[in-house]
Amino acid sequence: MYAQLIKTARSGITPRDEMTDQEREFQDRIDRNEKIEPKDWMPDDYRATLIRQIGQHAHSEVVGQLPEGNWITRAPTLERKAILLAKVQDEAGHGLYLYSAAETLGESRDELVRLLHEGRMKYSSIFNYPTLNWADIGAVGWLVDGAAIVNQVALQRTSYGPYSRAMVRICKEESFHARQGYHAIMQMAFGTPAQKQMAQDALNRLWFPAMMMFGPHDSDSTHSEQSMAWKIKVKSNDELRQQFVDQTIPQIEYLGLDLPEPGIKWNEERGHYDFSDPDWDEFMDVIRGNGPCNVDRLAARQKAWDDGEWVRDGLMAHAKKKAAKLAAE
Amino acid sequence: MSNEWPLWEIFIRGQHGMSHRHVGSLHAPDAEMAIKNARDVYTRRNEGVSIWAVEAAHIAASSPEEKGPLYEPSNTKVYRHPTFFDIPEEVGHM
Ligand SMILES: [Fe+2]
Ligand SMILES: [Fe+2]
Repeated sequence: MYAQLIKTARSGITPRDEMTDQEREFQDRIDRNEKIEPKDWMPDDYRATLIRQIGQHAHSEVVGQLPEGNWITRAPTLERKAILLAKVQDEAGHGLYLYSAAETLGESRDELVRLLHEGRMKYSSIFNYPTLNWADIGAVGWLVDGAAIVNQVALQRTSYGPYSRAMVRICKEESFHARQGYHAIMQMAFGTPAQKQMAQDALNRLWFPAMMMFGPHDSDSTHSEQSMAWKIKVKSNDELRQQFVDQTIPQIEYLGLDLPEPGIKWNEERGHYDFSDPDWDEFMDVIRGNGPCNVDRLAARQKAWDDGEWVRDGLMAHAKKKAAKLAAE
Repeated sequence: MSNEWPLWEIFIRGQHGMSHRHVGSLHAPDAEMAIKNARDVYTRRNEGVSIWAVEAAHIAASSPEEKGPLYEPSNTKVYRHPTFFDIPEEVGHM
């Protein structure tokens, strides 16, 4: 998802009789659905895994501004421009809430940003795909934020208090994101044949990358077991992906668009839609840095950071000078 | 050069006369910027009419290890709750 392939800082799951008393007490709190708070004792690996997951989630919010920010100056109307601007601004806020949650674990925001820029931390694979035209912007709100919502609604129940509270706040803002995207796509799907074709094309191109957001199959997701036991993760990748497909197919049908791939069929027996796998080799390749936009995205982040340095330093110097003057009075 | 802005905790009072509530944190070079940033981040949808910003380093917090001794005294003082007292129904609502 916004955090894919998070390596749990511990391999396998620790059996109860191998836990220390402190660890057992900690696990009991989790099992009782108590929230863990910043100053509470926690296993080092729980802390490390959380920092990785929340950090990657934060990076995804921030990098996720780039494909949409790309279209702010070219939105088709002033109203759409204002809406997109507000949506992208929300994403900056989401990044902030999440960096703040990570900071309660003792990791500074500057450090997380440094790890991102050095390529040592990731962000969601979805943002390494380009937004080629205005239909893509509608499809991103509809499908990408739609997929993010499925994941983030589940994460509201995550065991770490600050992460859970950030998710609650984010979820309140996300439905605006999905709805403005669907609304933009509706206008195209119900517009001229050429507009409808653009909407179809955007759906076709973004479908599999959106499916990849949930990460590999549970059977290939070796790290999730301990994360699930600690309730850092709440639902499995496959569960969340199925939920996304089931909720999205009727939305496609309402638009009168064709399904994006031939494997999608209602399965009466399961009570769910069947669907095809995305190309997992492509997914791994994008994660490794070889997607269509990886280099651009990271370069844009690095440039923003470097170009902003004089502002950050200048404001800090001004604040220190003012404080010194006040102290001298 | 790392010159990280300090962390501030943000408290917001909503429309309906409730107390300020902690809503989250942010980084800012000084109090003035902390309040401006809090306006942008935490009141984009009419969440409040008043903002407090407190530098995180100035917040004193109770420690979770002392939870037992800190709150135990209140457990034994059940008479602090109105339901401790049986008032006859004839008296009416009290
Ligand atoms: Fe977001
Ligand atoms: Fe969003």
